[in-house]
Parts: sequence; structure tokens; C-alpha cells
Amino acid sequence: MKDTFLLDGEEVAFTPGQTVMQAATAAGKYIPHLCWHPDFAAHGSCKLCTVRIDGRLATACTVRAAAGQSVESETEELADKRRTLLQLLFVEGNHFCPSCEKSGDCVLQATAYRLGMLSPHFDHFYPDRAVDASHPDVLLDFNRCIMCELCVQASRDIDGKDVFALSGRGTRSHLIVNSVSGQLAETRFAASDRAATICPVGVILRKRVGFAVPIGKRTYDREPIGAVRADTVHTDKEPG
Amino acid sequence: MDASELDRILVQHRREPSQLLQILIDVQEQAGWLPPDVISAIASALAVPRVRVESTASFYSFLHTQPAGEYRLLFSDNITDRMLGNTGLMSALCEQLWLEPGRLSEDGLVRVDTTSCTGMCDQGPALLANGRAITRLTVDRINEMAHLVRSRVPIGDWPPEWFEVADNIQRRDVLLDHRLSPGEALAAALDRGAAGLLAEIERSSLRGRGGAGFGSDIKWRSCRDAWGDAHYVICNADEGEPGTFKDRVLLNSYFDLVVDGMCIAGLAIGSSKGFIYLRGEYRYLLDRLQARLAQRREQGLLGRNILGRGFSFDIDIHLGAGAYICGEESALIESLEGKPGKPRIRPPFPVTNGYRGQPTTVNNVETLALAALIAVRGGEWFRAIGTPASTGTKLLSVSGDVARPGIYEFPFGVTVADVLQAAGARDTLAVTSAGAAGHCLDEHEFGRRIAFEDVATGGSIMVFDRSRDMLEVARNFAHFFAHESCGFCTPCRVGTVVVARLIDKLAAGRGSPYDLEEMAKMHVLMQGASHCGLGNTATIAVNDMLSRFRSVFESRLQSSEYEPAFDLDAALSRARQMTGRDDPGAHLGSNLSAIDTHRHPPDWGDATYAPFPATPSPAKDEQP
Repeated sequence: MKDTFLLDGEEVAFTPGQTVMQAATAAGKYIPHLCWHPDFAAHGSCKLCTVRIDGRLATACTVRAAAGQSVESETEELADKRRTLLQLLFVEGNHFCPSCEKSGDCVLQATAYRLGMLSPHFDHFYPDRAVDASHPDVLLDFNRCIMCELCVQASRDIDGKDVFALSGRGTRSHLIVNSVSGQLAETRFAASDRAATICPVGVILRKRVGFAVPIGKRTYDREPIGAVRADTVHTDKEPG
Repeated sequence: MDASELDRILVQHRREPSQLLQILIDVQEQAGWLPPDVISAIASALAVPRVRVESTASFYSFLHTQPAGEYRLLFSDNITDRMLGNTGLMSALCEQLWLEPGRLSEDGLVRVDTTSCTGMCDQGPALLANGRAITRLTVDRINEMAHLVRSRVPIGDWPPEWFEVADNIQRRDVLLDHRLSPGEALAAALDRGAAGLLAEIERSSLRGRGGAGFGSDIKWRSCRDAWGDAHYVICNADEGEPGTFKDRVLLNSYFDLVVDGMCIAGLAIGSSKGFIYLRGEYRYLLDRLQARLAQRREQGLLGRNILGRGFSFDIDIHLGAGAYICGEESALIESLEGKPGKPRIRPPFPVTNGYRGQPTTVNNVETLALAALIAVRGGEWFRAIGTPASTGTKLLSVSGDVARPGIYEFPFGVTVADVLQAAGARDTLAVTSAGAAGHCLDEHEFGRRIAFEDVATGGSIMVFDRSRDMLEVARNFAHFFAHESCGFCTPCRVGTVVVARLIDKLAAGRGSPYDLEEMAKMHVLMQGASHCGLGNTATIAVNDMLSRFRSVFESRLQSSEYEPAFDLDAALSRARQMTGRDDPGAHLGSNLSAIDTHRHPPDWGDATYAPFPATPSPAKDEQP
């Protein structure tokens, strides 16, 4: 018999060592998240998965599940915090959904729809971030980066290439590429890398396949995020 | 820099990737900055991806990946420096050197900028000249400095009295009056043995002096009991909290007691290796501290077989490079491993998974010195001082509007009013009880006690009299946190900037009640959802000021309704600067607050959309 904890009043089974997020996901329950991915170590930076565990705020992706725990996730208080976090991400970068190739497949956009974020609310920062189109097969549009480091992890731990890293501090944080010129073309990056398809937003894009799937028929156009099992919601696959 | 020089530095650091930050600091001391080819050379020598070297190099304020000038002059920009006139002095220096703040001079000679509190609040205004602390700046010193820079006189030949740093000890108690000889506490600890020592520490109820007040005996016991190949002791000498400077004094004049304390911690947890993480601002202390460690090795007070008692323990000193976040213990450990100082996910805690994944105790400088005292005098003796829940004494760094700024050692339980009286404060409006990250008290609270159970503090006490504008204090703190946020988690990375912008909007006289609500809302979000203590505490003082001095904030509101953040007139400032115009015809509407002075752009990095004048609103009155 498995141990259980309560998620919004419902019993969720877990195996020892699982985090609250892992157990909830395995049970088909959705806790909003951006930087968490089932195939990678928890990053814990986006804070979207902030829940109350026995009354205390914590991130579901980093806290181990424990028998008898009471986890609150779907409350108005937490939805409000999550909406604010999304708004902060939207104003920090340059996110113009209508012109973004990732629209409809974007976890940030889908989560904002799901949580009913109606406006960016805060003043936009309008950072100046140049795109990198040097690579023959892949475009990097840093304007959309949410600093989740999934590409950093994928390139380092799966592709064994260390193509990406976060650089800078605070609001100057930005994604950099492993070459003197800072250009992707000068790295060993390939479109077949795991890192090429891991981005939850629209930073890493395949060239020449833009809008192959029309708007309206994309992942989250068909079904809102969290409506399906959470471990399949990432657009971590070849487009089309 | 030539290859042989780089090689010397790399060899000195054993080409060890965990020494990366120390290598970068050494290289920059030689070369003045970190050129791209040098970054590549370091990466290949350490066999790590280039991107990792760049990531570390770009995280720390004192490391430069762009040419930074032969003279790098950084004015300490704590609120206490501001109150002592650093803004005017910096403008004067820039004017004499024909410079804009933050910009390298055309000839690549000099750059003048600000930096976070350098820990000289008792003898400010202060600056760092190529990393060396200069105190008690005056107009005369600035004039002479401009002359020395223009004449290209090396900083080593500048007047030695500029570099004098006084201890300014104003009140001594058991710690600052300890009268122990070097090694005496360590010998006493060895007599007691690890178990006996831990029992005394437990009896003393010693709690960590960084401010959080975790029980030292619990920390040491859990570290001792944790399984690992090696155990480590880390002395956290990264005191970056604005307004604190007690560790500077302990390291300067009580270093043997601190080292004894580290050895004692080593004995307690079963460790033979310790690190002192010394903040970059205290670089001037490094050579002397290294020399003293070497002497102690010769005297049998450090290293192998200490005092001939079979106990071995040695200490390395690592430098920080301008990152407040490294005072957070897991960020400190990351930095010690040569990485950007971003806090780890906790648990696991450092006592089980610390430096290189091994059990590690991170203790404040003051805590270690007190542990040394307890090893000699015993737990009962210590416990008789202070209050039952906060035993012993506390070092307070007192600065701001007081007659006698400096270090005050008081038993816990002393009232804020007593501290103010001792320091000669008059007409006090407000006191920050724990730097920029703690509560801000008003006169109704001066009867409260300094103690973990009442006013908990790491010791940074900044005093503001009735002539001060609390909005400017709040603004200084908000910009401090926006600059120092490590950028890891969303609420702190973006939230600190949002708060700083809101306060700028108020300071520019363009705020509305809506903005005050927004600040309160960010406080609620950041306090619970941030990844570490920095984000969780970044809005506490500002929030206190908002509630205690609300009228100050409300008096700055432009309207009682919503006011947009975008200031059309200010948006034209760049065009005015380019055309050299500032006549009424070059301004829009009635809002002339945005007169273009030599303003210092707020440090928002890429997000340099700065619609508000960085100079406070008094500029309005200077309008013709």
C-alpha cells in the first residue's frame, strides 16, 4: 500500500522520494508550472508551483511528498500569486503573442490563459535583447526567455554539449551561448539536440517550419494546459 | 596580460575549477578586466565550458567583462553615505574628470560609479579605488583625487591616510574586552574535548549572530552527525547588509579569537578544513589576515597537530567580488565552489550537503568569536548575560544621525532607546533595526529590546533624524535590492525592480494611492514566494516605512487617482541631451520635473527604460 497526502482535499498516492509535483503529476493532477519538466531535476525558479503545504508556502517541485501532508493548490490566494508571477514574467521580457511562432504551443501563454491573466498589469521593461539567427537550422529569440534553464540542463545533461548558460545577475540575467562571439553557429549545437525542443516558450525555434501548424490547431488551442495529464503538456517534440 | 602571468595564477590555484572565482579576481587585479581571450584561456586550462566561466565572471559586480579603466572608483552608495554627501562628491569628481557616472572615459583611463554599502558607514562617505577602501571623503580629498588620476599617480602612491580605517569601538563588553591570548580558547576547547565543548555550547544557548538566530549547538551537532567524506567549517565574513561593519572590526582587531572559534568549530564537528569567505570590499584586510594565518601555523596554532594535541585544522581565505547574495549560506557555498552565488534549493541544508556536497557549518564571524569565549569561560557564564532566549552580547554597528557612530557591544535585551542615547542620537525619527532587510522602527517603538524574541538583528542600526526624508531611504533600499537580487527566482528578480520603479515614480512626484497599494501587494508576494531570504526580506523595511510614515509618501502623490507610469516629457530627455537643449520649448506640458542634469541611470541593466529622473524631486525647486 502506498503512502498518501492530501491535495486540495483529495488523496494522492506517492512513492518515497517523489516530490509533491511528481506525485501530483503521476496522479493526473495539474499544478501550474513553467520551469519544471518531468525529465529534469527541479529548478525551482519560476515559483508558479507555489502551494501551501500544511499552511506554509513552498514550491511543489522541490518539496518531497510526505504522508499525511495537506497541500493546497487551487485556492484564490495562490491563483492570485501565480497570476502576478506570470505578469512579472510578461513585462520583464518582450512577449508579443500574436507574432510569436510558439503561440498556441507556449507554456507561458497557456498558463496565463488557464489562470485568467487578463493583462500584463505592470509597466513593461522593454529590454533590448538581440536575436541570434546565426545557426543554419535554429533561431534564438532571447526576448521571450523566462530563465527556466531547461535548455541549459538539456544541453549539459543530455546532449553533453553545454551550449547554454545563464549569465549576469538580477534583472540583467540573460541566456548566453558557449562561444567567444556569443553566436550559436559557433557552437556544436544541432537541431537534433534535446535542447532544441525543450524551450517552454519561444526562444529556441526551428527555422523554415514557421506556422506549419496553423494557429487554432496547436497544442493548447485544442486543449487548455492542465486539462490533459501534466507530463504530456510540454511541447517537447518536433513541431508538426 | 601575457600567458606566463596567467599560467602563474592558474598554477597557484592548482587549475582547480572550484577556484574559478579566485582565479578571475587575481586575473582582474593584474589586467584590470577580463578580456574574452583570457576567459577562453581560463576555460580551456580548467577544462570547463567557456560559458561557465563567463557565467561566473558576469555575476559579480567587481568583475568586468568590458574594459573598466586603469582607475576604477566606486562610491559606496548606502543611505548613510548619501546622508554624508556622497552624491555631491561623486558629481564633483565626475565633473573634474569630464566623466559621466558609470561610463569609462574616452581615453580608457578612469571610470566612476556607485557600489553597494562598503561597510564604512561609521567613517563615510567612502569609496573603493581599484578595490581598496578609502574613507572620510571630503571635497579636498576629491579635488586631490581628480588631480592624482589625471597625473596618473598609481593608487599605491596615494596619501596613505586616505586608506586608514578606524575601528571606532564605542562600547566594549565581554567580547571586545576578552583579554585572551591567541590559542587560549582553542587550548581550553581541546581540554574539554568535542563532546564537552558541544555540551558547553548547548548550555550557553548561543544563537547565530547573522540575525536568524539558529541554535549553534544544533547546527554543529547535526553537521557532526551527518555522514560525509569530509566536513567543512565556513566563516561567513561577507557582511553585506547595508549599515553593518562589525565583522570588519572583528577581523581587523580580534582575528585570533575568530580563528580560534573556527578551529573550535572544526573540533566540534570533526572537520580539518575551514574557509573564510571575505567580502571583496574588505580586500584591504586580506594580506594581513593571510600573514597572521601563516604566523599561527609557525606557532603551532593552526595546521597540523595544533598545540601538539593531535588536532589538525587549516584555513583558506576566499574573496567575494561584490555580491550581497553571497551572505546567504548556500549562495556563499556556490560562490566558494567558483560559481555564481545563487542560493540552492533547500532542503537539503548545508549541515548535510554543503561545500562539495559534504556536511558544512556556516557561521557568522561574531558567532565564532563568541564560541571561543564560551570554550574558555563556559556555558553557564555566557548564559548569565543577556535575556533567557537571547544569551550573551550583541555587536551593533551604529551609523547615521548619531554623534558617535561605531561599534557598540551590548548585552541582549538593551532597548533601542538606550542604544540611541549611548550613540548620541538626537531628534530621532526612525531606526532601521537590521539594515535594509529588517524592520524600520519609529519613536513609539524605541522602548523595544534588541533580542531574538523582540527586535532581531544582525546588528545594522541606521539612525535617521527628523531632517531626513524617509522616501529617499526607502528608495535607496529598493534600488539596493534591485541591484543585488541574484535573478534566480521570478518574484525577487522582477519584483525588486517593480518596487524600485514604483518608488522612483513617487519620488518624481508622479505617484498615486494606487502605486502605494501596488507596493504593498509586491510585499505580500515577495515575502512568501521568493526563493531565499533576500527576496523574502527585500520589502520589509520599505513596507514598514509605508505604514509608519505614510504621510511622507502621501504628500508626494500627484493625484488621488490613477497616474500612468509613462512620463511623456521624461521620454524626451534623451533627445534633449543629444541636441543640447533644455529650454522650455524642449519640454512638454507643465511637467518640467525632468530637467536633464548629469543623471545616473538606475541600475536596471537591460531594462533601462527609465522614464523618471534619478535625481530626487528637489530638482524641481531649482527650476528657473
